[in-house]
Order: sequence, then C-alpha cells, then structure tokens
Amino acid sequence: MTRKQKRLAVIGGGLSVLAAAAGLVLFALRQEIVFFRTPSDLIEQPVAAGTRLRLGGLVEKGSVVRGQGTEVSFAVTDTIKTVKVSYTGILPDLFREEQGVVAEGAMAADGSFVADTVLAKHDENYMPKEVADSLKEKGVWQGK
Amino acid sequence: MIVEFGHFALVLALALSVAQVTLGFVAAQGADRRMFLATGNMTLAVFACVSIAFAALMNAHLNSDFSVINVFENSHTKIPVIFKVSGVWGNHEGSMLLWAFILTFFSALVALFGINLPARLKANVLAVQGLIASAFLLFILATSNPFARLPNAPMEGRDLNPVLQDFGLAIHPPLLYLGYVGFSVAFSFAVAALIEGRIDAAWARWVRPWTLAAWMFLTAGIAMGSYWAYYELGWGGWWFWDPVENASFMPWLTGTALLHSAVVMEKRGALKIWTLLLAIITFSFSLLGTFLVRSGVLTSVHSFASDPSRGLFILVILCIFVGGALTLFGLRAGQIEPGGLFQPISREGALVFNNLFLTISAATVLTGTLYPLLLEALTGQKISVGAPFFNLTFGPLMVPLLLAIPFGPLLAWKRGDLFAAGQRLMWAFGLAILAALMMLYLTKGAPVLGALALGLAVWVIAGSIADLLGKADFGRNSFGVATARLSGLPRSVFGTFLGHLGMGVTALGIVTVTLFGTETVLTMKPGDKVDVAQYTLAFDGLRPFSGPNYSELQGAFHLSGKDGGKVSTLISSKRQYVARGMPTTEAGIETHWLSQVYVSLGDNADDGSTVVRIWWKPLVTLIWFGAVLMVFGAIASLSDRRLRVGAPRAVSRAATVAAE
Repeated sequence: MTRKQKRLAVIGGGLSVLAAAAGLVLFALRQEIVFFRTPSDLIEQPVAAGTRLRLGGLVEKGSVVRGQGTEVSFAVTDTIKTVKVSYTGILPDLFREEQGVVAEGAMAADGSFVADTVLAKHDENYMPKEVADSLKEKGVWQGK
Repeated sequence: MIVEFGHFALVLALALSVAQVTLGFVAAQGADRRMFLATGNMTLAVFACVSIAFAALMNAHLNSDFSVINVFENSHTKIPVIFKVSGVWGNHEGSMLLWAFILTFFSALVALFGINLPARLKANVLAVQGLIASAFLLFILATSNPFARLPNAPMEGRDLNPVLQDFGLAIHPPLLYLGYVGFSVAFSFAVAALIEGRIDAAWARWVRPWTLAAWMFLTAGIAMGSYWAYYELGWGGWWFWDPVENASFMPWLTGTALLHSAVVMEKRGALKIWTLLLAIITFSFSLLGTFLVRSGVLTSVHSFASDPSRGLFILVILCIFVGGALTLFGLRAGQIEPGGLFQPISREGALVFNNLFLTISAATVLTGTLYPLLLEALTGQKISVGAPFFNLTFGPLMVPLLLAIPFGPLLAWKRGDLFAAGQRLMWAFGLAILAALMMLYLTKGAPVLGALALGLAVWVIAGSIADLLGKADFGRNSFGVATARLSGLPRSVFGTFLGHLGMGVTALGIVTVTLFGTETVLTMKPGDKVDVAQYTLAFDGLRPFSGPNYSELQGAFHLSGKDGGKVSTLISSKRQYVARGMPTTEAGIETHWLSQVYVSLGDNADDGSTVVRIWWKPLVTLIWFGAVLMVFGAIASLSDRRLRVGAPRAVSRAATVAAE
C-alpha cells in the first residue's frame, strides 16, 4: 500500500467506528433519555402509563404514609397541582416533607406515579436544579 | 493577621504569575540565559506565594478561626483534625485554592527538574503554565476569596458537610486534582511545541512521564471517589454515570489515549499531530470537568450548593484556553512534519486502534453529559441521561478495545505478525472460553451476553499474563532462563502488564457484580434472619451511640455461614450530625475474600420493625483492586530507567533521528 492508501484506510476505519458510535448514540438518545416533569405538566399533558420520566417538586406536608413493609407513599406538589407517588424501598436521608425531591419511575394506570428511584442530595440546603427552576417559573419560589 | 497575609500572598502570586507569562514569552524569543533563569525563578516565586496562601488557610482551619467565613461554614471545633484539614478543600473556595496550589506546584517541578529541556521550549511551557495560573488566581480573587472575614466571629462553626467527614473523601479531591491539573503540563508542552512549530521524539519523552503521573493520580482519584460513593452514600452503587463522575472520567479516557499515543511518538516519531491534539483535548476535559462541577449547571448526585456566576467565569476561562489552543493547533499543525510509516498490523496500528476507541468512547460520554444542557438551552425541555444511555453506547465500544488489549504488546513495531501473536495467546483464549462455558453450565445457560462478558474479562487478565510470559519467551526457553529473562525486562514492560491486568481485573469485578449481585429490601425485627448468598444475616436490634459530633442509632447484625458458624458482626447506622441537624446512613460492610455483604438501614416502621436493604456484592472489591494495579503499573513505568530524570539528556539528540 502507498502512504496515501494507508492513510485513507486509517481514516476510513476511524470514520466507520465513529459512524457506528454516532448511530448508537442517536438510537440511545431516542430510547434511553428520561424527561423531567412537574405535577402541573403531568396533569395538563398526561403521559402514557409506563413511560419513564422524572417527577420533581416538593414533598407535600403531611402526605408521607408508610405502608406494609417497605412500601411508602407521598405526594409531590409544585404548590399548584399534586401527584401521588408510591415507592418501595429506602428513602434517601435528606427526604423530608416540604423539601425538594426528584422521583424517577413511570405513571400507573390510575394516575399515580410509581417511583423506583428517589434522588437524594449531599447537602441539606440544596434544591434540585430542575425543581428550583420549575418553582421559579410558576412564581412560587421562596428561596433566595 | 495570618489570614490577611495569606490573602496578600495570593494577590502577589497573581501579579508574579503575570510576570512569569511575560518573562517566559519574551525569553523564548531570544537566547538570553538570564531571561531563562528569571522565568524559572519567577515560577518558583509564584509557587511559594500560593503555598503561603494555602498554608494560611490551612492554619485558619486547624485553629478553628471562625472569623473567616470559609472556616465558619465548613468546620467545627469538635471534628477530628483530619477533617479540619480536609475541610480546607471540602468547599468551593478552598478547593479552587487547592487547584491553583497543585497547578503552580507542577509548574515549579517543570522549572526545577526541566534542566535538560531545550531552553526555549521550557520558557514557553512555563509561560503557558503561568497563563493558566493567572486565570485561575484571578478567578479565586474575584469570585471565590477563601480569606473573606466575618464582622463578628461566631463561637462555633457550621460543621463540615457530614458526608464529607470521611477519610476517603479527605484524600479524594487532592488525588483527583493532581490528575486533572497534572494534564496541564502535557497541555503546556503541546502549546509550546505549536508556538515553536516543531516537535520531536524528545518532546514525547518529556511529556510521557508527566502524563503518566497525572494519569496515575487521576486513576487513584476516580477509584477513591467511586469507593467513597459506594460505602458512604449507602446505595450500594459504585458508578452512577453522573455528570460529575463523567467529568472526571472523560479526561481519564483521553489521558489513557494520550499515554499510548505518546509511546508511538517517542519510539517511532509517528502520530505527532494527533498526540498534540490529544494533549490539548485531555486538559480541555479537565477544565470542562472543573466547570461542570463548580458551576452546578448540571444536576448531579454529587452536587453541592453552587453559584452560577462563578460558572460563567470558568466558562470564559474554558473558552479562552480551549479555543486559543485549538486555533493555534489549526494554524500551526500543518507545519509539523509527518512521522514514520507503519503497516496496519503493527504495534503502532494497535495503539491507533486503542486511541480510536478511547477517544470515540470519550465523545459518547461527552454527548450524554452535555445533551441535557443543550436540549434545555434549545427547547427548554428538561431531561436526564442516565445509566441506560451509557450502557448502550459506551459498553459496546469497550468490547473491541478489551478484545484487542492482549494483542497490542505482542505485535512488533512497524510490521507485526498477528498469527504469531495469536499463537502466544492461545491458552488465554482457551481459558476465556472455558470461563464462559463454565458459567453457562453453572447458571444453566441463562445470560449468554453475561457469559461472553465474563469470558472477555478473563481474556484480558489471561492475555496480559500471556503477554508478559511471551516477552520472557517462556515457551521456548527452559524455566530458569525464562525467569532470568523476565527479571531482566525493562520496568515499562511490567507497567504495561500491570495496567492491562488492572483493566481486566476491574472488568471482572464489574461483570460479576452486575451478573451475580443480589439486592433485598425488607423489614426486620430483632431476631429476624435472612439468607444472603451463602450466608445468613441476623438482625440483633438497634442501640443508640454517640460520636464526637454526631449521635446515631446503630443496627447490629451478625453474619453466619449456612452451617450456623458465626462469621462476623456488622454495624449499620442512621447518623444525625448535631451542628447541621443532617442525617446520614452509614453502611455496614463485611468483606469476605473479595466479595462483600452490604447492609444499609432505612426508616423504622410503626410496628417496631426496621427497613433494611441488603446487597450481596460478589467480587466487588476487584473493581477498585484493578485500579490499584493500574496505579502500580504507572509507578513501575515511571521508575523505568528511560524515564528517570536526567535520562533524556543522553538520548534527546539521537532520538530525533534514530528509531529503535
């Protein structure tokens, strides 16, 4: 092979790997991303049951109910609308009523949200960014 | 007073580092010995000033001087000394000061030990290092002054964030920063080479140990952070594909590529332009990581409260350095002479293959990390990209890379023999197949992909061993001769061996935990028992306990074998830190051989039972043990004769023309 042919072969090989990776990325971006929704979003524009999404807002005061064994339910609110969430497992340490929370899971047929992950933060003063933004949008933000 | 002195030293450091930049660039234009000398001395002076500032902040933390805001917000009189020390970098301001401290430390090392460097190259390198230091010192002084005072000093501090009160996290940031910032040296060398418009094998010989050292620290830092998240967060996960984790992983991927391409450049004079680009990209990823972590633009499980205005400042620094370096690259790369020729099947070819997959996988991680930002900016949609995305994109890219690892070291430079390499790897291949088949047999053929993944991990481990034995010709020589040859091999060969072996060991740990790990969530009352793999875990009850700055409710468990023999006791607790009123979960972990039983406590139910989450993590410690092997590999390579300080003098001339 001449120098030019070799270079073409290397570039061609590189581009084909790049193309394969780009294909994977595009496919995964269609399949594997999770949208963030507030309770108001969910009630105004219902999402099909089973679609994975992240629900963010504040844990409504007095809504946390412990059920059988490891079951727990609570309500997430953006102070305008509220969505009931059920979860099985251990809640993060910084999970508290009237504090920001992000729950990942899917809507059930009865309009409640079944979470399989409830996200925690490292810092007690920290509000998840999406939650803070959406509260600001709705004009109900009370932080600084 | 000491605090003000520290502040003054920091301002002085900024002024001197501007002088360092000017002196360096001017010195590189001429040939005046005194100018070169002044540049080096100025670099040392900057380091001295930043050290004084750092020591002043350390002193304030050690003496719990709560009149300093930084100390008040991140310290407490009752915490152990080690956390008073780590409190210095357990916050934004202090960690940026640590960043600057490490940056100027590396600059000083170049100034001190770069005696044999061509004078102009050295002056340019120091000038570029000074430029980075100036930008970050300005950032600290303008937006994140760690020496700001409070008008009325409080009696007690607010305490260091409890999850940071841990030995692992005390040393994680310095290790990570030594890695991140260490790549600045490769970056500065690349920019200096572009300014001069010339580059040779001596350049690679100089850059390689720096890159190797930075890579070593970054590997250790990432592994430490991963293990910390694993035991401290109480979720049993060791990697979340979280933006902050990705931010440290991207420079690791391109840094690993740089490490390998620098070898090609040093030995064969090829891939010059590519190596320069990689050096620029790697440090750019370090800067991007600093930006992502410090600005809080991305939601992360590791996020701490952060300030967006600071983010903008770092973004500007990022754009100037990355944009500037890439523009320079675009203008000057054409002037650099192309390197030597090689066949596709050769050591060079294998290293190009490695680079290709590592950089493309870094690109997929970058896409997944930044896509949510991009989408939100363009459409306002908020999304998160999590583990499924990365498993689907990053995972497949690792397969060819891992398959190729054992072949690389067995191929000759210029023109390799794939068939001969394959012959030496026959037994490794057999072992991998055997492992996969055995797993299929034991699990009754359940996950075929899992069996293949296990085979792949075994292949990398066995293949790395086969490489080492092959280098010593164990097949062809008597045992004694081969052993003698083995001990005579250069240390860099052992470095390669340990690095590749570590990769395989980490992969094996990941595969076994993913395939055979179990998770159980249940409620337990004192006296309850539950089966965990081959053990039985019994809950003995809850009891209160008080630490120096926290109180906790400890859940006591004991682990016994199926035959009833007691193996050990485990304590998992719910801790409440007094000063911040913040709760944390302390996981109870029992390591048995290489596997772990991991117990995390949840809330107490009304009926007196406790929610308990139990994981069985088979061979999980291999994940971090592999990283330790990689670090030892880097140490072995660094101690190679070839790379020892002073060695480049003898070869710098010859290496530009001769090929080995």
